[in-house]
Amino acid sequence: MTRVGIIGVGHGVFGRRSDATVQELAFEAFRDALQDAGIDRDAVDASVVGSVPEYHKQRSLAGVIQEYLGLVPKPTWLTEVACASGSAAMRTAWMAIKSGTHDIVAVIGCQKMTELSTPEILALMGRVGEVQWESGFGTTFPGYYAMFAKRHMHEFGTTREQLLDVAVKNHHYGALNPYALFRKEITKEKASASEDVATPFQVYDCCANADGAACVILASEGRAREISKIPIWLDGMACATASMSVLRRPSLVGLPSAERAAGEAYAMAGIGPGDVKVADVHDCFTIAEIMAYEDLGFCKKGEGGPFVADRQTYIGGKVAVNVDGGLKAKGHPIGATGTSMTFEIVKQLRGEAGERQVPDADVGLTHNVGGIGQYCFVQVLKRD
Amino acid sequence: MFKWFGKVNYTPYTKVDDFARYLRDGRLMGSRCKSCGATSFPPRADCDSCMSGDFEFLELSGEGKLHTFTKIVAAPTGFEDVAPYIVGVVDLKEGGKALAWFGDSIAEEEIEIGMDVQIVPRIFEELEEIKVYYSLEQPGTTWSKVN
Repeated sequence: MTRVGIIGVGHGVFGRRSDATVQELAFEAFRDALQDAGIDRDAVDASVVGSVPEYHKQRSLAGVIQEYLGLVPKPTWLTEVACASGSAAMRTAWMAIKSGTHDIVAVIGCQKMTELSTPEILALMGRVGEVQWESGFGTTFPGYYAMFAKRHMHEFGTTREQLLDVAVKNHHYGALNPYALFRKEITKEKASASEDVATPFQVYDCCANADGAACVILASEGRAREISKIPIWLDGMACATASMSVLRRPSLVGLPSAERAAGEAYAMAGIGPGDVKVADVHDCFTIAEIMAYEDLGFCKKGEGGPFVADRQTYIGGKVAVNVDGGLKAKGHPIGATGTSMTFEIVKQLRGEAGERQVPDADVGLTHNVGGIGQYCFVQVLKRD
Repeated sequence: MFKWFGKVNYTPYTKVDDFARYLRDGRLMGSRCKSCGATSFPPRADCDSCMSGDFEFLELSGEGKLHTFTKIVAAPTGFEDVAPYIVGVVDLKEGGKALAWFGDSIAEEEIEIGMDVQIVPRIFEELEEIKVYYSLEQPGTTWSKVN
């Protein structure tokens, strides 16, 4: 079976985009990706849209995007697995190319969130928890991760300071990313003075709702070699699930879906965690990044707190993590997050990341989580 | 009558409908598969071990240990009037986990992971319609004491 290569990536600015509809956001990212690939729109055989439909007034989003991008009458479809919808779209595009159905597929992750109020978004997101037995108690998305954090602190001695180390690092790099929502460094003092959200989390432990789009164009091995000077190979593309309800999980100090998807992705790509030079992981909350280090095998279970405190995930450490600012500083337009992660790793592997460049980056990884770990997609990307 | 369960109920129709009726009468029920004997809390009608759809309710002691908790300050739509509130996940003595609010018998500063708690069926007394839930209370607390 053919390898799948990434030939083009595009990214719009994340933030409160009151200037644009969701299809207009998609257009920015798609046009950038076409230009980056150096191909005409006609070369694209199909598109896949990753987005969460409940946030938009427009029903059946793929259709309106296909029209606005000028891709009618080519095929399109939508994928939804909460905050991992963008990576799910990439996986179906990858499958379409692997199967020989299509040669070149554009994947558009996009989301317009800020037309809803924060309580409405909290209610929507909280319902990614199980609604029959949990949501009736007013559970929220930060609330679930806060409970993971409390348990992680209890079992492993992870500290409040270490959680804030994640936020400080990601804001440090976000300040250097032109697409990021927050382009400001923060201090632990400032973060620990912010308002409570769900204990132990304060505002700076949480990623921000945002609008945005990012596009990735995938091609079969032959076409990728013809088109691209530096094709980036998508050699690991794994997905795993964990129970919808936290009440059905034996342990709440990691995401079993992430651990399983990571193992499969490493095996597919023939690498181990020690080979990864740069990674974008799903830091929707500070604890999520610490659990990701452990689930991905960057450090041992329970050692994620000291790992970030020792600056092992800064550039120059053992593995550079979220040096685009992560969800924390970039913002989290949920459907766009997966493709935004892939965008960053492609730029890093090509050596185009500017002042955030990780030296000698030849193997990269993305870790995109849906909901509270019900879904996890792990990609391994390589350059020749 | 599952629509009785929860301050906001998102799933009024379910095969374990009677759960809420038992709760109104002060009884916390899990489920047992009549075919293979697997038990579950929260209750489920269809067995995930043997795939049988033949189940019965099984009364639980409500005793458990606190697995984790959080105080939710930023509340979603429908819960603003009760915020902030503390939610805990409990490992039940008979197996399974439950999620619930802390009740008045436990002060916030007393809450710690690993502590013993009692899950107690509750009725929202201030409401005219029937609304039931359960709360986490000091061991030994009974239904009649809190309602």
